[in-house]
Amino acid sequence: MRTRRIAGMYRAALVLVLAALCGGAYASEHAEEGGYGSDWQSWRANTNVANLSSLQRGARNFFSYCYGCHSLKYVRYSRLAKDLAIPTDLMQKHLLPAGAEMTDYVVTSLPVADGEAWFGKAPPDLSLIVRARGADYVYQFLKTFYVDPSKPVTGVNNLALDGTAMPHVLSDLEGLKRAVFRTVEHTGENGEVVTERVFDHFEEVTPGRMSTEEYDVFVRDLVTFLDYVGEPSQLVRRSVGVWVILFLLVFTWLAWLLKREYWKDVH
Amino acid sequence: MADNGVTTEEDVDSSRRKFLLTATVGVGAVGAVFAAVPFIASWKPSERARALGAPAKVDVSKLEPGQMTQVTWRKQQIFVVRRTPEMVAKLQQLGDAVLKDPESKSSEQPEYAKNEIRSRTPEILVVVGNCTHLGCLPKPRFEAGAGELGADWPGGFFCPCHGSKFDMAGRVFEGSPASVNLRVPPYAFTDERTLVIGIDDASQEGVA
Amino acid sequence: MATVVHPPGGAPAVKTGRLRAWINKRLPVEEFIANQLTGYYAPKNFNIWYFFGSLALLVLVIQLLTGIFLTMFYKPGEATAFDSVEFIMREVEWGWLIRYMHSTGASFFFIVVYLHMFRALLYGSYKAPRELLWIIGMLVYLALMAEAFFGYVLPWGNMSFWGAQVIVNLFGTIPVIGPGLVEWIRGDYGIADATLNRFFALHVVAVPLALLLLVMLHLVALRRTGSNNPDGIEIKEKLGPDGKPLDGIPFHPYYTVKDVVGVGVFLVFYAIVVFFVPEFGGLFLETPNFEPANPMSTPEHIAPVWYFTPYYAILRAVPDQRLGALLMLLSVLAFLFLPWLDRSKVKSVRYRGWMFRTALTVFAISFVALGYLGLQPAEGVYVVLARIFTVLYFAFFLLMPIYTRLDPVKPVPERVTYHAHA
Repeated sequence: MRTRRIAGMYRAALVLVLAALCGGAYASEHAEEGGYGSDWQSWRANTNVANLSSLQRGARNFFSYCYGCHSLKYVRYSRLAKDLAIPTDLMQKHLLPAGAEMTDYVVTSLPVADGEAWFGKAPPDLSLIVRARGADYVYQFLKTFYVDPSKPVTGVNNLALDGTAMPHVLSDLEGLKRAVFRTVEHTGENGEVVTERVFDHFEEVTPGRMSTEEYDVFVRDLVTFLDYVGEPSQLVRRSVGVWVILFLLVFTWLAWLLKREYWKDVH
Repeated sequence: MADNGVTTEEDVDSSRRKFLLTATVGVGAVGAVFAAVPFIASWKPSERARALGAPAKVDVSKLEPGQMTQVTWRKQQIFVVRRTPEMVAKLQQLGDAVLKDPESKSSEQPEYAKNEIRSRTPEILVVVGNCTHLGCLPKPRFEAGAGELGADWPGGFFCPCHGSKFDMAGRVFEGSPASVNLRVPPYAFTDERTLVIGIDDASQEGVA
Repeated sequence: MATVVHPPGGAPAVKTGRLRAWINKRLPVEEFIANQLTGYYAPKNFNIWYFFGSLALLVLVIQLLTGIFLTMFYKPGEATAFDSVEFIMREVEWGWLIRYMHSTGASFFFIVVYLHMFRALLYGSYKAPRELLWIIGMLVYLALMAEAFFGYVLPWGNMSFWGAQVIVNLFGTIPVIGPGLVEWIRGDYGIADATLNRFFALHVVAVPLALLLLVMLHLVALRRTGSNNPDGIEIKEKLGPDGKPLDGIPFHPYYTVKDVVGVGVFLVFYAIVVFFVPEFGGLFLETPNFEPANPMSTPEHIAPVWYFTPYYAILRAVPDQRLGALLMLLSVLAFLFLPWLDRSKVKSVRYRGWMFRTALTVFAISFVALGYLGLQPAEGVYVVLARIFTVLYFAFFLLMPIYTRLDPVKPVPERVTYHAHA
């Protein structure tokens, strides 16, 4: 029947719209746009906050290299100890700064004024950096520092954040690298020839203490830690969700049986 | 079949219907109870409140005999007193006749303070400063035979709100509106000078 | 002829206990239930589109409940708002769940309401005698938009701030009084503490009260006219010897048990988002909002939340500021005039001709497309497309008196179409 087919068509459209919504959300979460041939923009952090040892290593990395300047002002040491299964005495011995309590927030000892004076801009709090910018961005940022003599203060620049005020604090681990750019020509909007400088590849200047693979693991652990820090509840959220959905499926199945039973009355 | 499309009685399998109805309502009710849990739990003290309620440290080395200091722990006033040997000796003379609960049977204290002196060590007394009657702060009246409390006052705490009296171990005197002794919070000494309120055992220090 | 059997559970009170009698003498509890549920006859041919009304009510309840609890922990104010949201997310036990339920609920509210509205377009539910039902429903929708906007400002993230900035400045396009009005709305010379505090009051007290009142009126109007159905036939016109509609069945138990299934399915989708993708890829919780409000830096892509983007695309499609704002306003208000724009003799799309079907399909595509375009940067091909779809959007309303009159409609049957499954 034509009318039923039309109704079916609308129903199919409804399903499609819902599916497209889900698909769109998935795509925008998992595929940022690529670059001009060079692939650093497609590097993925691939964090897994369920990996406890990665989280613990990431916490260690954070406190060794970032905490000097950056705070996690919404995070307490005690919460880190609990969520990351770090024994209290280890926490106190290695991570807790002198004079701080376990219940204190993770706040750097670098005064804001010093930060502004030294870097031109106070180092930002990193509690929500992964939620605001994405894990991939932070990962790419930490892996695309390059030597730039035109930067008098830090001597480095960054592909992910051009003109960053941050020095390459991980250079003793990664080493220093130079960015090789090439010029490309393409036709502009009005038909004119536009030349553009685009990044081509990195070249090692000085080696670091770590191999490329080791540094990659180091950064990945750090980003995993920051991912957790952005939303500590994600450690329990998904596991609670599985039970909730299983329960709802049972309930819906029962309700459907009940509905079918009652609707036997209706002819 | 009735005209309005609703069936007749004989078609209805009422036992199956009743079973499914009970099952669905039952499962739904269980779900509602589970759904209520997060909302009810959200009223519990937050991590911030718990952090602020973390154990409080007191340096007792500076406390002179016969002196009291007051610290706040979990929004309660904690009285810490260094008692003199005379004060401690006097506690043993007070008994059933003048005290409501001399052995602290119906009062609230950790096991290590359930004794005559209501403390771990004879000198240091640690009690929650809020009167067990209605929560006012009793005043220290440590001097025996002091003015308004009469010549037979053995020394202790006096609550100005409703007149409850406690001895130097926080035990309530007969004739007071309060019926139980001042509460003793959990506490421990982590070293000779440091008293930590809020833990039962020195090894718990640092545990939030 | 067989008599109607009231199934177990729906039986009228025969053995009325003394307490029940005592209460009912003073408060018409059972009369109310009888009128609203067991004695309310709904068409038996409802299809999947008819779930969304009761689901909207469910989401309203979820939003009220989670909102009340969020209010217990949230602190309005420039200096406290952002921190208090993170406090809820991290330090209140289960606070993250309550917050995600609320933020996800907001988006699901609009999903459900848009589907509910589209159902009305499909089956002509806005046509006589349901004009007021439709208008009250549209007022619910307008109140909901206000509620969502105020709520979006409260977390005081950078998108909250700039969203408030853009929307409030729209009022500045009103001739003469515009600039003064904007200042009055903000209570300061920019979006500030005063703005946040008044939006908080509107979000948690004023608009919810209006919403509840309007929803109640919507239900009262529905009880007066009765529900429409996929055939667009008035079931009240064919009564049985017992005075009940021949094509009607008691709302309770038949539609209560059916709606419970809908609730279950809905909650599964809802839970998937709440527990697994609460940001929904930046559509439900936008990433710039995880940075505190910063009056010195506008986020790179500023777009409203997805449920406002169709109108936002219309606003941006027009090169003139004032005309753009006016068209945006009209694009929302146009729905109010549908009952009088539609001149067709039949209600349901099932019996309408190709003209209406084409128009409705084009309109639905335009709405979704504008929603997509509103999320994209306003440049190049996106602007051109937005203009095309804006024209198509308005054509649906403006040409409606013509195409609904010319449309070759089919004969409407006497009775509703219903095929029992079991």
